Amino acid sequence: MIDSLNQKQKLLDFDYGAGGIETTMRSRALNDDLHTETMVVSIGPSHPATHGTVRIVAELSGEKIIDADIEVGYLHRGFEKMCETVNYNQVMPYTDRLNYVSPLINNFGWCLTIEKLFGVEVPKRCQYIRVIMSEISRITDHLTCLGASAMELGAMTVMLYMMEAREYLWELIEEVTGARLTVSYGRVGGLNGDLTPDFAEKTREAFKKVRRLVADSDKLLSRNRIFMDRMCDVGKISREKAIAYSLSGPVLRSTGVAYDVRKAYPYSSYQDFEFIVPVGSKGDNYDRFLVRMIEIEESIKIVEQALTNLPDGPISLSDPRIVIEDKREVYGSIDGMINHFELVIRGPEPPIGSTYFQVEGGNGELGFYVVSDGSGKPYRAFVRAPAFIHMGAFREMILGHSLSDIIPTFGMINMIGGECDR
Amino acid sequence: MIPFLIELLKIAFLLQLIFAFASLCTWFERKASALIQNRVGANRAGVYLKSDNFFLKPFIPVLKFLGILGVVNTLFCDAVKAIFKEDFVPSHTSRFLHTLAPFASVVPIFMAFAVIPFAPDFVIGTHLIRPQVAQISVGILFVFAMTALAVYGVMLAGWSSDNKFSLLGALRASAQMISYEIAMGTIFVTMILSYATLDLYKMVELQIDGVWGVVNQPLSFLLLFIVGMAETKRGPFDLPESESELVAGYFTEYSGMKFLLFWLGEFAEIALFSMILTILFLGGWHLPGVSFATNSLLGTIVGHFVLVLKTAFLCLVQITLRWTLPRFRYDQLMRVGWNVVLPISLVNLFLTAVVKVFF
Repeated sequence: MIDSLNQKQKLLDFDYGAGGIETTMRSRALNDDLHTETMVVSIGPSHPATHGTVRIVAELSGEKIIDADIEVGYLHRGFEKMCETVNYNQVMPYTDRLNYVSPLINNFGWCLTIEKLFGVEVPKRCQYIRVIMSEISRITDHLTCLGASAMELGAMTVMLYMMEAREYLWELIEEVTGARLTVSYGRVGGLNGDLTPDFAEKTREAFKKVRRLVADSDKLLSRNRIFMDRMCDVGKISREKAIAYSLSGPVLRSTGVAYDVRKAYPYSSYQDFEFIVPVGSKGDNYDRFLVRMIEIEESIKIVEQALTNLPDGPISLSDPRIVIEDKREVYGSIDGMINHFELVIRGPEPPIGSTYFQVEGGNGELGFYVVSDGSGKPYRAFVRAPAFIHMGAFREMILGHSLSDIIPTFGMINMIGGECDR
Repeated sequence: MIPFLIELLKIAFLLQLIFAFASLCTWFERKASALIQNRVGANRAGVYLKSDNFFLKPFIPVLKFLGILGVVNTLFCDAVKAIFKEDFVPSHTSRFLHTLAPFASVVPIFMAFAVIPFAPDFVIGTHLIRPQVAQISVGILFVFAMTALAVYGVMLAGWSSDNKFSLLGALRASAQMISYEIAMGTIFVTMILSYATLDLYKMVELQIDGVWGVVNQPLSFLLLFIVGMAETKRGPFDLPESESELVAGYFTEYSGMKFLLFWLGEFAEIALFSMILTILFLGGWHLPGVSFATNSLLGTIVGHFVLVLKTAFLCLVQITLRWTLPRFRYDQLMRVGWNVVLPISLVNLFLTAVVKVFF
């Protein structure tokens, strides 16, 4: 009896932080001349500001955040465990649902990891197509991030301009992959299909419109005094802190670190293209905004280069252990038949071992760690999701700022629920 | 008996004017924003109407046309939707205060319209009629008093909702409205000095005889425009209800007709400020180069429409700004109010006084 009472008392005494008890107001500094109390507000998991499902329990003094507790995991679907139940190619639809504003990058990230396990390299044409599709996805990712943040700051018009631009790009993606969001376009050792014949022409048309819309948005926001006041010196993080938190992507580059996986560890022939990696200097939201704005233009340039120099050739490996053969082989020869059967039933079987591979996602370094036991299914899979790591630094970014500053900071991190919570 | 009837008619006319402006602003909000954002906007309501009724049939094409323009949506659908929605009142709050709040924010705005002259005088028979409900000599002060009262509705709404977001929104709104009222008062004093009268009708007459107020006092016009937008809690100043931070601010817990009343109050306030700007600075019903016989009915009708058009234009400008600019942060808004708008308006007042005394 006494023990259980003691235990209860211990539970009561334990300081849960702001997240423990949300309805009471914690009194602070009772000896102050002017006795004030702080207020705890729970923002999310379902709140207009949290476009992923995340909960921010903020302790406010007036409108100033003096403590905050970030809770993620509301969108956990067990991605990593699900990967262990299906073969390597069947993981593709799950990766679509990681960062669902740039699903193609996730596809190719997974493919590249498994190809590294196999120790193979896909044909040049496949690499170029992967670059093209990745960069289009990166633009859609940045457009979504910037548009949503602008909308949350009250600039609804910019958001709709950017959504229109994104629509043109999604039409391109739909043209090639047949889907807008759940694309499942990548395959281990290749691609689902080739580009359509008039893809280059359509892309140039779309980019014209996208450039115009981005320029309009740029005019509306970049030198807008109200917008700059909201973004500058908000959500600041130092270069050392950013590296210590292992941030990546635009959030890291805004602090002045020129780390981009595409430059640092080139994959998929990124070394063939000329592009600059924009870096900021202050590490605040405005720098993040500008970095993303410049990256949109750089990505457009990469796609244009890739389309001009697009090599001919096969889009997949010709290794029957990894890639399903041509249907003529399957129906016409006994070897082809057996290979097809093996691939469909057991999946591609990489050698025993483990590997990590990273690609530059829309929001940062997207890495996959896969352990293979020699069977057609991953023994263990892990995703290094940039959004999850960025949310770790989020508390530090918003402390001491006002309640309104949560919005642009959260928007510029571009936390994507599917990726963060997996 | 007849004077009493005339007063009643004036009140009825003014009320329909307010509602017409509220609807017009809603319509602008829908269609102007759609134009700005490359969207189509509301165009469905009323388009698919079918009827073989002899009396209804002639109206169907008209309704279809209005439906494509989005007018049917604004005039009928909003009200019908709001009436049939659940009237939600949070538990453990005072139902009385919760219900009082929307009225407390709408009624003062409607009352402020009482002193607004909406057309020049005219004569019918032996009656000289002034299209102004309350002919009090301190008209502009009455407007000031009534807009100051509107803050109580907001405070009540935030307090009686038992919601932290509502409370924060109400705190922001009351701080914002009170801060900007000081600047507003200063600008009003400047205009009183400039015209040497408190009567809104006389101010318009002075402008018709001389030049428009915007020529004499361009800075005051600009300042009052900004202050008016802050006072109506719209445009870049809509942070009491900023939907991304505070869900919907002080009317988070309101639904149905009560919610609509808040919106009505907001749009009526836009119309009120636009009308005051028109009367103080844009010559009221004055159409340059056109003059009518004194107290003629034609002059009144044309004058009324001129006033309405000028007001509608100002409403449209406010709505365009609201869809162009992002919103301020709370402390930035306060800084703009106290460090920029108020000092400039004080200097403006001082300069106006100096000019009045010495020149």
